[in-house]
Amino acid sequence: MSGTARSDSAMSPLALSDFSVVTSLGAGRARTIDALRAGRSALAPCTFDALPFPTCVGEIADLDVHSLDGEMAGFDCRNNRLAAMALQQDGFADSVAAARERYGSDRIGVFVGTSTSGLLQTETAYRRRDPATGRLPPEFDYVRTHNTYSLARFVRAALGLAGPAFVMSTACAATAKVFGSAARMIAAGVCDAAVVGGADTLCATTLFGFHALGVMADEPCRPFDAGRCGISIGEAASFALMERPSDRHGADTILLAGVGESSDAYHMSSPHPDGIGARLAMERALAAAGLDPLAIDYINLHGTATPVGDAAEDHAVFDLFGAATPCSSTKGFAGHTLGASGAIEAVFCALGIQHDFLPGSPHTRAVDPAFKSQYVREGRQARLNRVISNSFGFGGANCSLVLVRAA
Amino acid sequence: MMRVYIEGVGLCGPGLDGWTESLPVLAGVQAHIPAPTRVPPSPLLPANERRRAVQTVRLALAVGAEAFTAAGRDPAATATVFTSSGGDGETIHEILSVLAAPNRELSPTRFHNSVHNTPAGYWGIATESRAPSSSLCCHDDSFAAGLLEAAVQAIVERRPVALVAYDVQYPAPLCDARPIGGALAVALVLASEPSGAALADIELRLRPRSGAVSIMPSASLEALRQSTPAARSLPLLAALAFRTKAAVTLDYLADMTLALDFTPTQADVAFGVGGSERVPG
Repeated sequence: MSGTARSDSAMSPLALSDFSVVTSLGAGRARTIDALRAGRSALAPCTFDALPFPTCVGEIADLDVHSLDGEMAGFDCRNNRLAAMALQQDGFADSVAAARERYGSDRIGVFVGTSTSGLLQTETAYRRRDPATGRLPPEFDYVRTHNTYSLARFVRAALGLAGPAFVMSTACAATAKVFGSAARMIAAGVCDAAVVGGADTLCATTLFGFHALGVMADEPCRPFDAGRCGISIGEAASFALMERPSDRHGADTILLAGVGESSDAYHMSSPHPDGIGARLAMERALAAAGLDPLAIDYINLHGTATPVGDAAEDHAVFDLFGAATPCSSTKGFAGHTLGASGAIEAVFCALGIQHDFLPGSPHTRAVDPAFKSQYVREGRQARLNRVISNSFGFGGANCSLVLVRAA
Repeated sequence: MMRVYIEGVGLCGPGLDGWTESLPVLAGVQAHIPAPTRVPPSPLLPANERRRAVQTVRLALAVGAEAFTAAGRDPAATATVFTSSGGDGETIHEILSVLAAPNRELSPTRFHNSVHNTPAGYWGIATESRAPSSSLCCHDDSFAAGLLEAAVQAIVERRPVALVAYDVQYPAPLCDARPIGGALAVALVLASEPSGAALADIELRLRPRSGAVSIMPSASLEALRQSTPAARSLPLLAALAFRTKAAVTLDYLADMTLALDFTPTQADVAFGVGGSERVPG
């Protein structure tokens, strides 16, 4: 299929040859599936910053102590530290090294997403400006920390890759959309494999920003609850190695079967109330996968627990799937990890497929009686073969991924 | 083979006031006179929105509208790729200044304008487009990264894609850490198939880095190319102005370049009547 245009709307599936994850639930796949099974939430009152308002976050404790050093010292910032942790989990870096042997370092792309990159570094630098001149401290490294591309530059250097690269930054849809970029780049023959995913970390800009927008809860977020009152911010990183499926891949390999992207064309920070953009993204993802809505076993919702956002998504999901398909938001586990959420939730779905587990929704006590979709509060054993995961962001950027079991 | 057709261009930068107006400068028959970037009012923004819109949004919407008018395409039905080396300088500086002050109260509008895809969001609203939209960053190589992504989308999805690249300057103290030569935006409407609107086609190839990238013959345009990431597009724009076959090599990452084989569609209406010795590259 190399170098060819698609004959119709369907895409050629890609294998997630390996994937890694770090959230406040813990580092690595085992801790993640354990927490999902146990229904254990990591959301806790924020100690990251002395905030003048109460809120709960999904904070990763070790990030303050594990600095990057040696050749990577210039990249040292919270976001790249977290990315480094994720690359080191579950032998992910080894899988990439093996792919590098197979294809060559210049044939592996790096398409990753982040929303705030190393912005925390610049927040700190602004507090340490020279009182006389207003200048930033001399050690501030804009290129390798603050700049949005810093994450891809770091991942590329850390993994020894020399293929095409960029950072996607479409707010909270970023790390879902990179799966689509990778699929197209491989289909066009630009590269043979790709590292996708991304990282987002806590910083004052998002904590104060979402507070200013009035969409942040003071308690742990309660997606789809009648009493939901906003998001809890989390931090996370996740990466996946994408390749064409081959005989190296076993039956429980996860395949990316479809990607659907759309724009809301409605508002910068509020979704279309009827969920029109959300529905389009899901429809396009199903069309790319060549699947009927009835074929989907589980929907991982964007479900950030804002009053408006959840209502719009329920509308879109019920329009397309009716009440037949179980769905849940996993934001109650580790919070809304913003730019990282697309990749994190793709991993939650992949683990759900591999471990026959349909995740629930911690902190959701009573589902909004106005909602019509089949919302699942309690996680349960379930054979999942085909799932869809939604990510919607500021600027009306929407993306849905269809992930399926290889066989 | 990766070939796309350029159907429309928009341009706004220092001493570059619109695509058509800039043709003599890009073709080298008129001197480039650097001047502060003048962003024309975009027909896509109502007057009150125009006043409130941040510079990245005004720039991106102006060049986007210009390119779509030239291409005769409907923006509501066209996917977009936005690319920039950074965000809106003024917005980022204001947020960081507020967060460094004792009373950290952010404006909600400033916050949502701080996301990298702010121009894409306003573009979608203004054009009522529900088509897919991506917003990329590749630091100094953001133009090449965006062109590659847009071309690959056009070819694989067999649909037109508009590329909008823009960069603005940062205020002090950020400008010390990140100097940008001048605010500049460029838009290209790309299609996977030839059409009556096509000005040229380009064949794209990633190459291991060897030898030099294309530069601008004019010292002042070359200075702009080097100091503003979106201006890395200038050698391609110059080829469009010359309307002769050209090999254009763009910077893309430390270890590779993006090579473009440029072929004009209508060589008989070449501007500037330049011989091939004047083709940049």
